[in-house]
Amino acid sequence: MHDHAAEASLFKRRALFTFVCVVILLGILLSNLYHLQILSYTDYETRSNDNRIRVVPVPPSRGLIYDRHGKLLAENQPFFALELIPEKVKHIPETLTRLSQIIPLSAEEQEKFTESLKYHRRFKPLTLKTPLTEEQVAQFSVNQHEFPGISVVAGLKRHYPHQGLLTHALGYVGRINDRDKLRLQQAGEWKDYAGTKYIGKQGIEKFYETLLHGKPGHLEEEVNNRGRTIRTLKSVPPDPGQDIYLTLDLELQKKAFELLDGRRGSVVAIDPRDGGILAMLSSPTYDPNQFVHGISSKAYGELLNSRSRPLINRATQGQYAPASTIKPHLALLGLDENTITAKTRIWDPGFWQIPGVERKYRDWKRWGHGWVDVNTALIGSCDTYFYDLAYKTGVDKIASFMQPFGFGERTGVDIFEESAGIMPSKDWKRMRYNQPWYIGDTISVGIGQGYWTTTPLQLANAAAIMANKGKRFVPHMLKSIKDNTSKIDSPVDEKAPIVLNDQKNWDIINESMMNTAHKSRFKDAGYTAAMKTGTAQVFSVAEDEKYDAETVDEFLKDNALIIAYAPYENPTIVLAVVLENAGWGGANAGPVARALLDEYMLRDSLEFNQ
Amino acid sequence: MSPQNHRPNIWQRMHIDLPLLLGILALMSFGLFVIYSAGGEDLALMERQLFRMGLSLFIMFVVAQINPEVLRRWAFPIYIAGVILLLGVHFFGEINKGAQRWLNLGFMEFQPSELIKLAFPITMAWYISKFPLPPKKRYLAGAGVILLIPTLLIAKQPDLGTSILVAASGIFVLFLSGMSWRIVGGFIGSILAMLPVLWFFLMHDYQRTRVLTLLDPEKDPLGAGYHIIQSKIAIGSGGMLGKGWLDGTQSQLEFLPERHTDFIFAVIGEEFGLIGSFLLLAIYLYVIGRGLVIASQAQTSFARLLAGSITLTFFVYIFVNIGMVSGLLPVVGVPLPLISYGGTSMLTLMTGFGILMSIHTHRRFIDR
Repeated sequence: MHDHAAEASLFKRRALFTFVCVVILLGILLSNLYHLQILSYTDYETRSNDNRIRVVPVPPSRGLIYDRHGKLLAENQPFFALELIPEKVKHIPETLTRLSQIIPLSAEEQEKFTESLKYHRRFKPLTLKTPLTEEQVAQFSVNQHEFPGISVVAGLKRHYPHQGLLTHALGYVGRINDRDKLRLQQAGEWKDYAGTKYIGKQGIEKFYETLLHGKPGHLEEEVNNRGRTIRTLKSVPPDPGQDIYLTLDLELQKKAFELLDGRRGSVVAIDPRDGGILAMLSSPTYDPNQFVHGISSKAYGELLNSRSRPLINRATQGQYAPASTIKPHLALLGLDENTITAKTRIWDPGFWQIPGVERKYRDWKRWGHGWVDVNTALIGSCDTYFYDLAYKTGVDKIASFMQPFGFGERTGVDIFEESAGIMPSKDWKRMRYNQPWYIGDTISVGIGQGYWTTTPLQLANAAAIMANKGKRFVPHMLKSIKDNTSKIDSPVDEKAPIVLNDQKNWDIINESMMNTAHKSRFKDAGYTAAMKTGTAQVFSVAEDEKYDAETVDEFLKDNALIIAYAPYENPTIVLAVVLENAGWGGANAGPVARALLDEYMLRDSLEFNQ
Repeated sequence: MSPQNHRPNIWQRMHIDLPLLLGILALMSFGLFVIYSAGGEDLALMERQLFRMGLSLFIMFVVAQINPEVLRRWAFPIYIAGVILLLGVHFFGEINKGAQRWLNLGFMEFQPSELIKLAFPITMAWYISKFPLPPKKRYLAGAGVILLIPTLLIAKQPDLGTSILVAASGIFVLFLSGMSWRIVGGFIGSILAMLPVLWFFLMHDYQRTRVLTLLDPEKDPLGAGYHIIQSKIAIGSGGMLGKGWLDGTQSQLEFLPERHTDFIFAVIGEEFGLIGSFLLLAIYLYVIGRGLVIASQAQTSFARLLAGSITLTFFVYIFVNIGMVSGLLPVVGVPLPLISYGGTSMLTLMTGFGILMSIHTHRRFIDR
């Protein structure tokens, strides 16, 4: 049994023993401290004093962005901010009151400042107000002697002088966030961002971040024991980011912007000779400058929730049924596979039926086109002709023929915001929906409807390949990089051309497109052109129902499309225009294409005349 | 013990031991001063630390109200729960800074090893005090099993610091129970014999690096040795009187890493010198002394062993932390108790002090 008295006294002996051990061990700690702090004091003091060189990173200035004619698209604007060093200001509230008589400080600004003051090192400057107007800078400078510890500092801020005009192509920079930081760390580039606050978030600004950013420099400063700089020992200047020239044509972009006038839609123009993008507009747009200094959550919420979805780059991410704009390509396939010849004629009664099936596929012209061959089928955009052609060709042959034209895959344009669109095939439908392919699906594909979707950039690119008779380039926006005083042209990425069984087939189709243009929209143009319009159903109408624009919800109305190029003989510009829910392609997208080509083809002669 | 004509005063009725409380408050207030300096005069940091101090004082107060008998009865179930949670961490825990120590409970993250830190000495004291003391050898096997399971589970996480603390708290119970000196000697001998096994089979690469770094920090001054070198410079350059509060260049110019958490002692050494360090050690010694007095005056073996183990574990914190910061021991993640910024260890320690106060104020003043 327990002997309580003995146990207690045993414990006391052991406790006393451990206490002695504790004293000895603390003594060892203390003697080690004595060794460090007294015996080796001078040694460690010297080493501590040597620890006084602080390296301050100096961020590089970001490269500028110009259009093809050297017009500035993105610049760095100086801005001024008012900074206060808490340690040097005796009565901060009183100082703020006096200061607000010279420079207006809202109650909100003062409150925010007082709050952040609590969590701030006393000897480090804290921003009081930004940005200051030049007038405010001047007013403060005159009175500076009354405010020791407060000073005006200058910095550089990204600015997009054309506001929303180029937002989706250029993108914008924004403050580096945790995700950016992680990505840079993983790429081993984080050290280059010491002192940098902004990074490309979208578009060209993001894609060419490494070119535009540059390499930071640094200052080696000697600091005193309060962390204040005494003098600069060494200065390594930063290596500024490179200026770049884009293939964009600012005037053409402006014209597109004016023509769309905020309507939902997109314009892409390409120079078919090298794949350089002349204009890339997604409408409606927004001002990228509000993202540079941080957009308010209210404004961002409005952009995000807007039914017009301005944040999406419609030119590269908008996926539209191409509708009749791909009839030239289908006709080319028919000719090259000998499914049809230039002379093949069919009778169009206003509808088409799969042999032996009752269901009628309607032509847009209810009474039919009568006898049509490939030329008149393209000019009149005869649906029946292409129902028949698609039926005879089969979807897999269509898909494999269209693939080199860039349908169903990313074009590889130099921005990250790009979608692939869909080029349907039997395998694709099996994979995507786990369903078999029906003949009816093929018939829809024959008029560029059904599962087939494209981006406006893909449409323009495919039209450029048509105009080029098979010559292919990767569409791009980077034209050249400024190197000191000269420009280094960015290499053009040419892909292997499409070679037909009979190269003459290119001419047949292009001629029909030229006929289409000159029989309608380009009848009186002062130059030669070629085109094809399209009207895409956004929702399907039952077989015998009539589509009535008056009764259909605005967002369910037909999309208007057009592809066009000029001049016919030796094309220098190809464009694709998509207007969402605008109605007929020829009537709505047509005038936009005409005005844009007029601008591009005739402006030199206009300037010459002036 | 003689019968006393005892009229409990207000503190005793609240189950608070005033001498111990004063020591704790002295350490906490000193800690606040140092954190203000080490944290770059950040008031938000101070606010959070003050909140934790208030919370842990409250917890201490609550624990002090619980009769030690209740703890004795619940010791084993809590221990089992703790081991199950540790296994839970092993299989479902979140990986944080390369170590798997946390269990996500949905609303908060929880470190079961902290629960074990408390439950373990209670269990050990419960187990040993069931038998007449000094314990017979045959009971030691059971104690060994109770000790090894959580220690190994925690070491596997890997959390060397905590497993040292847990193992130490168990060994203290055994030692204080009057284990014969031969066994103590044999035990220490077998630990020494285990060291090569530990080195080659159980330790992670980073732990081995830490030991090698301790032996020769100058070998890798910008890599693994950086912490130790900067910390020794900070302490050494403090001299006799220190550079003064808020004036330590090593800490203020941010050469010293982890300066408000595990390495806070370096800030004390730099800004308050040998005098300040000595003063701190003196307060610690006072608290340990008071803890051992409480243990010696306890009336049951269970209470004595538990109080003694809690007090000595507190000392292990101090010794391991200061030893590491001043370059005597390898770097293990043990905070400076009641001074370092952070909440988890403070809550655990203060719960321990609550148990001490409970033991001291729940004595029945009767003659045996």
